[in-house]
Amino acid sequence: MAEHVNIENRIWNPAEALERSRLTALQLERLRDLVERLDAVPFYREVFARHRIDRDSIRSLDDLRRLPFTTKADLREQYPLNMLAVPRQRLARIHGSSGTTGKPTFVAYTAEDLRQWAELCARFLTAGGLRSEHVVQVAFGYGLFTGGFGLHYGIEQVGATVIPAAAGNTPRQLALLQDLGADALVCTPSYALTIAETIRERQIDPDSLNLKFGHFGGEPWTEDMRLRIDRQLGIRAFNNYGLSEVIGPGVGGECLRRDGMHIQEDHFLVECIDPQTLEPVAPGQRGELVFTSLCKQAMPILRYRTRDLAALDDRPCPCGRTTIRMSRVTGRTDDMLIIRGVNVFPSQIEEALLRVEGTAPHYEIVVDRPGTLDELTVRVEIRPQDFSDEMRQMQQLRQRIDREIHSVAGLRANVELVRPQTLERFEGKAKRVNDRRGERNGKI
Amino acid sequence: MKLHQLSLFVENRPGQLAAPCRALAEAGINILTLSLADTEQFGILRLIVRDWQRAKTILEAADCVVNVTEVLAVEVRHQPGGMLEILEFFEREDLNIEYTYAFTAPRGDKAVLVFRFDDPERAVDKLKNSRINVVGGVELFRDVD
Repeated sequence: MAEHVNIENRIWNPAEALERSRLTALQLERLRDLVERLDAVPFYREVFARHRIDRDSIRSLDDLRRLPFTTKADLREQYPLNMLAVPRQRLARIHGSSGTTGKPTFVAYTAEDLRQWAELCARFLTAGGLRSEHVVQVAFGYGLFTGGFGLHYGIEQVGATVIPAAAGNTPRQLALLQDLGADALVCTPSYALTIAETIRERQIDPDSLNLKFGHFGGEPWTEDMRLRIDRQLGIRAFNNYGLSEVIGPGVGGECLRRDGMHIQEDHFLVECIDPQTLEPVAPGQRGELVFTSLCKQAMPILRYRTRDLAALDDRPCPCGRTTIRMSRVTGRTDDMLIIRGVNVFPSQIEEALLRVEGTAPHYEIVVDRPGTLDELTVRVEIRPQDFSDEMRQMQQLRQRIDREIHSVAGLRANVELVRPQTLERFEGKAKRVNDRRGERNGKI
Repeated sequence: MKLHQLSLFVENRPGQLAAPCRALAEAGINILTLSLADTEQFGILRLIVRDWQRAKTILEAADCVVNVTEVLAVEVRHQPGGMLEILEFFEREDLNIEYTYAFTAPRGDKAVLVFRFDDPERAVDKLKNSRINVVGGVELFRDVD
């Protein structure tokens, strides 16, 4: 670990550190090209014709806002491969989204796309300390999911050694880590924790492994999970971001500073919008990320609404990269609740609870509409050490929670304290919201 | 002189009070006296039992949140003005009461009240030098159990 801390910052491609004015000029040129190429896609051709959009109507990057959004529903309607901008014969590979939120969608790559993709992965891997002398164990699924193959070719691009272990079979992962001595681990953060737990259960000394760092992505995770992974595996964990509709992993990734993920802006235009008004939010404000792929050949995408909520940071990073950084993904627009007209995210409630010393992050959000007004109830488990015999102190605890929720989410909640271990526990994705508003009148 | 009182967090829902009582009943533990403080949202159940350590273990095994608080059991005259006498004493000595409740059975011609003071040490000090009788655990349990 100490060895890795001292690793020097290295930038894989000078394109990551372009002067902003040069970057903007490059983006504009590529956006104009993109609009021309998208004319080959019936879905875009139609919209462009209706709004009289063509290459020459794009004069500055601000004109991006005149272009239509693309949503997941649009992609489903164009199932399986009606969004192609090149003839089918030119495709080199097809990947797919997992389909956890509905029917799966496919994405396609030309040979040139695959080359670019490997390059993008090489960039963030290098930013997070990967060097050609390293050995990397990839415990991502290989298959339609973009994680495994994306990272695999990125690691090869850097010149490092890949162990394509693929996901699952934790005992075998451990044996490989011990016998082949990987320097780095690539997988989802939750699988990294599973591996860490197994190491502990089997009483393997993490120091006996050669692991120094890890590149984790494919799902949202928290800073708290990062600390646990760092500590339990004795490594430095780096976050990266991507989604198959945009290209897969490689859209963004952290540098050694681990303070936001650098977005590869020469390849992707990023916007951060209010999911209701669709207007851009100010830098530092949380909103829905929207990406436009500037260079992809087979299936370029225009203003794709990711439904991922994060904030952008356009302040310069001391690492030398000039690209904008995105925060962790802190929620999904799908999770957003509208309560008395106010947008509320479960993650805001969680943030408020964490601010109140003395509440465990086990909670349930109940939304109801007993009359004509929405009511928000937050049920919070108290921890035994926070229970006081004095009514006053218990009331104060409730008031503190109430105040924090009001300050973070901007509305009042009924705070209900409940006994520990009474709220449901979840193995996978936690279901913390119970929206009962639809139950009374039969629809939501 | 001090008694150990168990305080339990209870939600304001049906059945919440029965659960700890069931756990104690099954373990053969008698509740000597109790008080329930409630709000719209939750309540605090305060119990006096003979073997508070064992009761605490049993309640915690039944998933109850239990807190131990030191209280004093004080004898008062079981006649009109009995309560007032002792309150006037507390007032004179500037002792602040958080809450109080009573033992159900009288002890001879006296009633026994449980007092929680904001500063239990100082209360013990003042009461020791008074004519008021603070009943210790051994004595108390011999009589009421």
